Amino acid sequence: MTIPFKVNGKKYELEAPPMKRLLDVLRENLHLTGTKEGCGEGECGSCSVLLNGEVVNSCLVPICQAAGASIVTIEGLAQDGRLSAVQQAFIEHGGAQCGICTPGMLLAATALLNGNPHPSRDEIKEGIAGNLCRCTGYMKIFEAIAKAAI
Amino acid sequence: MKLMMSARERGLAEESLAFPAKLFILAIHCPLYGNPIASVNMYRDPELMTIPPTTEVIVGKSVPRKEGLAKVQGEAKYVDDLSFPEMLFGKTIRSTIARGTIKAIQFDPSFDWSQLIVADYRDIPGRNVVLLIEDDQPLLVEKEVRHHDEPILLLACQDREVLEAACQHIHISYEEKPPVLSPEQALTAGEARNASMIIHKTDNVIKSFLIQRGELEAGFAQSDILVEGTYRTGLQEHVYIEPQGMIAIPGADGSITVQGSMQCPYYVHKALKVLFDLPDDKVIVIQTVTGGGFGGKEEYPNMIAGHAALLARKAGKPVKIVYDRAEDIAATTKRHAAIVHHKTGVTRDGKLLAADIDVIMDGGAYATLSAVVLSRGAIHALGPYNCPNVRIRARVVATNTPPAGAFRGFGAPQTCFAYETQMNKIARTLDMSPLEIRRKNLVRAGDVTATGQVLNHSVSAEQVLEAAVTGSNYVADYQRAQQQNDSHKRFGVGLSLFFHGAGFTGSGERRLPTRAGIELTRAGKVRVLTSSIEMGQGTETIFCQLAAEALGVNYEDVEFAQPNTAHVPDSGPTVASRTCMVVGKALQDAVREMKRKLEAFAREQWSCSDAEIQSGKLWVNEREAASFAELALAYLAKHGEARELHGYKLPDEIQWDDNTYTGDAYPVFGWAADVAKVEVDMDTFEVKVLECVSAVDCGKALNPVLLEGQIEGGTLQAVGHATIEEVVVQNGRVMNNRMTNCIIPTSLDTPEMRVLLIENPYPYGPHGAKGIGELPMDGGAAAVAAAVWNATGIFSHEVPLTPEKLQLAHGK
Repeated sequence: MTIPFKVNGKKYELEAPPMKRLLDVLRENLHLTGTKEGCGEGECGSCSVLLNGEVVNSCLVPICQAAGASIVTIEGLAQDGRLSAVQQAFIEHGGAQCGICTPGMLLAATALLNGNPHPSRDEIKEGIAGNLCRCTGYMKIFEAIAKAAI
Repeated sequence: MKLMMSARERGLAEESLAFPAKLFILAIHCPLYGNPIASVNMYRDPELMTIPPTTEVIVGKSVPRKEGLAKVQGEAKYVDDLSFPEMLFGKTIRSTIARGTIKAIQFDPSFDWSQLIVADYRDIPGRNVVLLIEDDQPLLVEKEVRHHDEPILLLACQDREVLEAACQHIHISYEEKPPVLSPEQALTAGEARNASMIIHKTDNVIKSFLIQRGELEAGFAQSDILVEGTYRTGLQEHVYIEPQGMIAIPGADGSITVQGSMQCPYYVHKALKVLFDLPDDKVIVIQTVTGGGFGGKEEYPNMIAGHAALLARKAGKPVKIVYDRAEDIAATTKRHAAIVHHKTGVTRDGKLLAADIDVIMDGGAYATLSAVVLSRGAIHALGPYNCPNVRIRARVVATNTPPAGAFRGFGAPQTCFAYETQMNKIARTLDMSPLEIRRKNLVRAGDVTATGQVLNHSVSAEQVLEAAVTGSNYVADYQRAQQQNDSHKRFGVGLSLFFHGAGFTGSGERRLPTRAGIELTRAGKVRVLTSSIEMGQGTETIFCQLAAEALGVNYEDVEFAQPNTAHVPDSGPTVASRTCMVVGKALQDAVREMKRKLEAFAREQWSCSDAEIQSGKLWVNEREAASFAELALAYLAKHGEARELHGYKLPDEIQWDDNTYTGDAYPVFGWAADVAKVEVDMDTFEVKVLECVSAVDCGKALNPVLLEGQIEGGTLQAVGHATIEEVVVQNGRVMNNRMTNCIIPTSLDTPEMRVLLIENPYPYGPHGAKGIGELPMDGGAAAVAAAVWNATGIFSHEVPLTPEKLQLAHGK
């Protein structure tokens, strides 16, 4: 079945099994390996991408559900070689350590800030509650998101 | 001009110094043997200078993480992001029993096996062992199964769906034997010499240690009061977010290249040589960007690298094995579960006189690193306290469960929970506050540990305790908690005081061939050469900072070579809080040698008596003469290459006796105190950790933001271990092998954490730095348990403090 969708602004028409995971389409077909697999069951959030602006776990989305959708992955956050504010803040404030949760975390943070440009600390916590990080203890991530919001 | 203030300085706003805007040099330095210091390093405008600076300009600054840009853009390549032409995917067929022998393996004849490569132990050209301390663990089971999920067969196929299907068409039948499932059962069988239940050597004991000091019985006789307690800590899963993975690529010349997620490239190198009977140069191991390790990628990568390599050699094609989460949790190592018994003799006014400590750890089915985990646990078992008469007996035993292994803290978190909870029990018995009992007994400079080590350098138990208490408002909160009367939500505060030896135990660093160094690149830059790897903790960044500082170049001029055994030296494993203090020191020495050589070359070329590299430039007779790149390229043009490696020399004063287990167990200790604040729901017995303040003596904060991140991350792992992290094993099988049920703290579970850094320099560390990677994991559990006690009156002897356990304890 042919599935049309957009990733980072670029149009694709892909011949794929309808139940193939969006995660695998991104990584295998489109070679966008910035989206990571941590658990394969929607718990860790490493595979988070934006689907029509909403954060989704791409391991739980069959590609048929993405038909007609506009998807943003980590590779699409920087514009014209310029990091987004939240990417820049993650570098400056220690938001990334091992980096494996970072792409998903950044997309969750981006969705949060898009909907709520000045989130409180509790709203930040809520906004990334679906994304596990085992390195940072989250403090530096909260700080980075708060700084990006200024 | 830009003022660069570190996070640490921002955090210490109450002590804030007024920085005159035009001031361009301000550095408060203390001698190495000083009190805790506040050091302030500021950016200086090079244009204003005519003489090279002499103070730290890069070390101590929170420069951005070296590989941060790649990570925030999704460009960092982890093992699963790599692909090679004709690459196959590999899968491991594992045992479904805890103990027994294989009767038969059947391959379903109705299945089309033509697309599959199948390997078993008979395909191993060398020895069927996963090389570590003992040679007891096979790469693949031959006949005897010793734990659930033990690898038996390997499959590889280009098509992943066919591969998954093939796994369903293999049937293994066993003759089961009764498994040994608990350390108590293992010890009982060992003592009774019950042959049918002996699974390791003659008595199921993998390793034992005895540490003795003073006269134990005399100490008890002098004591007014005896206090006893038995403390238990459970298994803990690392839950690095990137699962284990390796890719092996066979060479036409019989060589094998393996790349993947790992902490110790040279461990893998050594293990593969034995498995495949290959010389040094025929095995190449490359570390890919590693998505968390925490000890979990110390020894297990030897296994998965061996599996991938075996399949790749048989297939003649690259093979990738990346575990899914379920396999990773079920089969890879965990933190050792432990049972620690304390019997302590104290005076009426709270002085420790005698301590008899018995440590038992569950090693699982194979020896792995259990002996060294036990050793560290035993050495730390008394805690940072004075006690003249001590006996520490420690044993790690074998059971038919998946092998336990390295996990941040390496035995110390288990014994720390026990000694800190025992200190609280003593306080309770004497009707003394937890703070007072610690103040009375903590070690100071000149005091002696259980192994007889005189604490000479950088001893900060008192400083960290007082800093944590003051910085957290502990005393007032403790009293408030004792006066509360809400019956549904109870508030409590708890503290812990702890230490952690940096570097390998005893003379370990003397035996290791640690080397690290730098080379000049064709672009006129500098590249750090080491097999110490980056896994989030900041190796790349702090090593580049150390090198830039020592050489006098800019941070941006230093690169970090990808750890590749064909190109970088063996720096020892990336473990034991040794990277910064030990390997960093070797690196610093190598860089200084490179600087001497380059400056000697410059004096020759510029025909001068005074040439110095500083601020990324060559200064001749105190005038700028060339950029560093120009100097480097001139040097390369003459010498062809420039590479400087240096070894690590353990200070001569460190003396350790392995036979008696006495002496200087570690070159130095990191010190910390945690204050945890909790709210306990008395209806559901759920523990919410509200806040955690950690005061940490790190010697020197090379990069305060990275350092705080390490401490906060380690502290949250400890809080998780204390509250919600539980690995459930039934009949030797891990039952909760999914992230859905093997849970770790989320952003909503994390307490607000604050880090108070104290810099009490260690004279033999780079810029006074000590290793602190593991330290923050040690004390959190005890602090949380103490806070729950303060909140509820429930004195728990066990973590994790799950609602079920708390309710049970409350009912008693």
